[in-house]
Amino acid sequence: MSRTIRLTVNGQPHQLEVEDNDLLLNVLRERLDLTGAKYGCGIGECGACTIIMNGKAVLSCLTLAVLADRSEITTVEGLGDYRNLHPLQQAFLEEGAVQCGFCTPGMLVSAKALLDENPNPSEEEIRQYLRGNLCRCTGYTSIVRAVQKTLKPAAKESHPKI
Amino acid sequence: MKDRVIGQSVPKYDAGPKASGLLQYADDFTLPGMLYGKVFRAKVQAAILLGVRTERAEQLPGVHAVITAKDVPNNNLRARFGQSTDVGGQFEGLYRVLAEKEVRYYGEPIALVAAESPDLAEQACQLIEVDLQPLPGVFDSVGAMEPGSRQVGEKPNNIASHFKIRQGDVDQGFAQADVIVEGTYRVPYQDHAYLEPESGLAWSDDDGTINIRVSSQVIEHFREVAEILNLPHSKVRYLGTWIGGGFGRKEDITVESYLALLAWKTRKPVKLTYTRAESLLYHCKRHPFQMEYKTGATKDGKLVALQARLISDCGAYSALSPWVLLYATVNAAGPYQIPNVKVDSYAVMTNTAITSAFRGFGAPQANFAYESQIQKLAHILGLDPLEFRERNYLQTGEAFATGWIYERPIPLTELAQKAWSGLGPLGSAEGGRKLGRGVAIGMGSYGRLTFLHDTSRSYIKLELDGSAIIRCGVPDVGGGQGHILCQIVAQELGVPLERIKLHITDSQLTPLAGTTTATRQLMMSGNATLKAANELKKRLLIKAGQLLNVPIENLIITLNRIEVESSRKEGVSLVEVINRLSGEGEELFVEAQFNAPFTDIPASEVLQGQTHPDFTFGAYAAEVEVDEQTGQVQINKIVAAFDVGKALNPAIVEGQIEGGCIQGVGYALFEDMAIHNGVIQTPSFAEYLIPTAVDVPDITVILLESGSGVGPYGAKGIGEPPMVGIAPALVNAIEDAVGVRIADLPVTPEKIRMAIAQKPEGKR
Repeated sequence: MSRTIRLTVNGQPHQLEVEDNDLLLNVLRERLDLTGAKYGCGIGECGACTIIMNGKAVLSCLTLAVLADRSEITTVEGLGDYRNLHPLQQAFLEEGAVQCGFCTPGMLVSAKALLDENPNPSEEEIRQYLRGNLCRCTGYTSIVRAVQKTLKPAAKESHPKI
Repeated sequence: MKDRVIGQSVPKYDAGPKASGLLQYADDFTLPGMLYGKVFRAKVQAAILLGVRTERAEQLPGVHAVITAKDVPNNNLRARFGQSTDVGGQFEGLYRVLAEKEVRYYGEPIALVAAESPDLAEQACQLIEVDLQPLPGVFDSVGAMEPGSRQVGEKPNNIASHFKIRQGDVDQGFAQADVIVEGTYRVPYQDHAYLEPESGLAWSDDDGTINIRVSSQVIEHFREVAEILNLPHSKVRYLGTWIGGGFGRKEDITVESYLALLAWKTRKPVKLTYTRAESLLYHCKRHPFQMEYKTGATKDGKLVALQARLISDCGAYSALSPWVLLYATVNAAGPYQIPNVKVDSYAVMTNTAITSAFRGFGAPQANFAYESQIQKLAHILGLDPLEFRERNYLQTGEAFATGWIYERPIPLTELAQKAWSGLGPLGSAEGGRKLGRGVAIGMGSYGRLTFLHDTSRSYIKLELDGSAIIRCGVPDVGGGQGHILCQIVAQELGVPLERIKLHITDSQLTPLAGTTTATRQLMMSGNATLKAANELKKRLLIKAGQLLNVPIENLIITLNRIEVESSRKEGVSLVEVINRLSGEGEELFVEAQFNAPFTDIPASEVLQGQTHPDFTFGAYAAEVEVDEQTGQVQINKIVAAFDVGKALNPAIVEGQIEGGCIQGVGYALFEDMAIHNGVIQTPSFAEYLIPTAVDVPDITVILLESGSGVGPYGAKGIGEPPMVGIAPALVNAIEDAVGVRIADLPVTPEKIRMAIAQKPEGKR
């Protein structure tokens, strides 16, 4: 069965006909041409499909599109583009936190959700929050460093390891 | 121009597009009217394949093609190693596109489907029926070599290849030894577990050319795909995408032969992306090895003899197993001066998953064994493990076990000491856990085997406005393989990085640069690009010298300008020089080729002399806390020290070391691929655990720059070498903490707990 959903994605309102069993990841990628969120495992284990829905980090591969009705969604494309990068994106570039880049969109979105919830996380809190986002290239050191780089100076001082 | 761009951690070319979500990976591409491909696979390990019935699948509405072996123009290829050198039967194997007459492993592809939706393709697969007569499976690689064992494939005694090292006389060597240690080491399968599953999209052109957009480390596979289709090489074109992680698995053909067949048959675009389960269950793995070692030393701490027997399980088709085995054999004695060495190594076929290339390519396996032996000898001799190593490191001008006399620096003493002292003051363990520290060294080659006569080509064009275009068929797996070419051009030609456009991996329109494997691209494409840049530079300087009336030796290239070195105000813009030359009919473009050092093809299975262009040396030190009650290991700190020759972009170099280190941590401690009778039991990341952000510590990286590499500016390769050394360093640290030494990776809590329980009373 199909239904109509209305949602706002990266500030743009959309109205779509979707099937009951359509996954949000596929709707974003195939219907809205937002291919930033990735298919990495399809069962919520790798985090490459992470988006922000109504302020919370969500795995779009496990979310039915119908559940996104009347929701507000941010994907990596909504953080910033290469002419106008978000501070997190800029920090990822500067710290060499982007290698193959396939985990990067989900990782950035998770980091954004973390900082929205907790503007001054410790290294341990950053690692705990990002544990659901797998990266096979970096070993996480540069990713954690990049997130720390965007924190306010006061927070940096309280974590001298930075 | 003095180190303005080279040596700087500038963000890489592809980082911005990746971080903004705009860079398109293989699965992000679509075409109108596209079909979806699916592979139908065997659900049995070994059988005679009597027949395949596809009629019901073909009749399903929306299904456009079902292909079996009989439809494949050339289903059985003699597999070679990327390029064209004929190196003899020892290195060859069978590449079979679809199962034919027999099934050799669980998951072997039997048929291909193209349908209008992924669901339809899946449904069609369920309608395919096979007639099979099961055969007894051969699952144990050691047993498979025994006489009377059933032959799995085309190789007698199931031995796909056999190599030897013969140096001195090991019997005499052991007779001189005061201490001899023996050990059997087992290292497991490892999955590449990149985040991007195998994916591609193929279509047929108006003239019948097959185009394949695919995530591949080797765009030169267009030749094999053309042979499968019986087409001229010129009628198959690869458009490689930026790769979402490769680590060696995207070196062999993945989906592209299937895609090509389906696009050729249907004349429609076809996409095929593996599910994570397909990727984990059916793609090639790192070779498990059983390694029997015997190492002897005198009581004053000199190594005198090493004997090893290495057996690798290469699965049902040999793929790159002979090559991995050769690397393991060359690495078997490590970077130590040992006068008497005897190594015999075997790659053995079984009815299990295929094993092939994975970062390190045989070196991490051998390293775990030789470093474990060194540690055991140091303990028995009562010597500090670092000091014992220092008495035995190979020195410049001495020969490896293969007899190759090595003339470059081997700074292992400095690297190991720096790594060790980098751990800093001893921490304190929490909650009654035991603290321990360990160190280990390693070496890893870069560049392909020298007898393969490796080459790479790169093209640079300077535009009239002083911007630049690079065309180079270099696949980029995320290690900066493409980006670094931009840094070289910016350095040599004064073009700002943001004004350089890079084209990679079009097998027909970018000059072929060879495989992104073997840690070869910086050395190969980097040197080819540097050579092209230097040719252009010479032409620019000659013209500028004429314009400024200054000898070219006095000129330097700076950002957008050519200047007189002694009087920097005197100069001319690059744009003016380019336009003057253009006005005289001289366009500024060069395609250059770099040739690696060449040697002869080995005359026999006894490996002798130089096999690789060079090695990269490194050391790891680690501090761990071990819970004696549970066997749980927490890593507090890791320090890595590598001689990278020259760090052209330190952030990228450090990223390679950090990432390789953590992949090695997974190999050593976590990644436990369960295989039962040849069937993989770990189909997801819930069963096959790779390290997460909370499992690993910050890594401290120490770079040594000896300037002695074969790469541009004296750089060495650093992609694979960081996989080497971390596993023995962690095992040494665990032994230091709780007094048990594990010889089988991964070192799971169960193994530690069991070993502690079996420890003789009173022994630490």
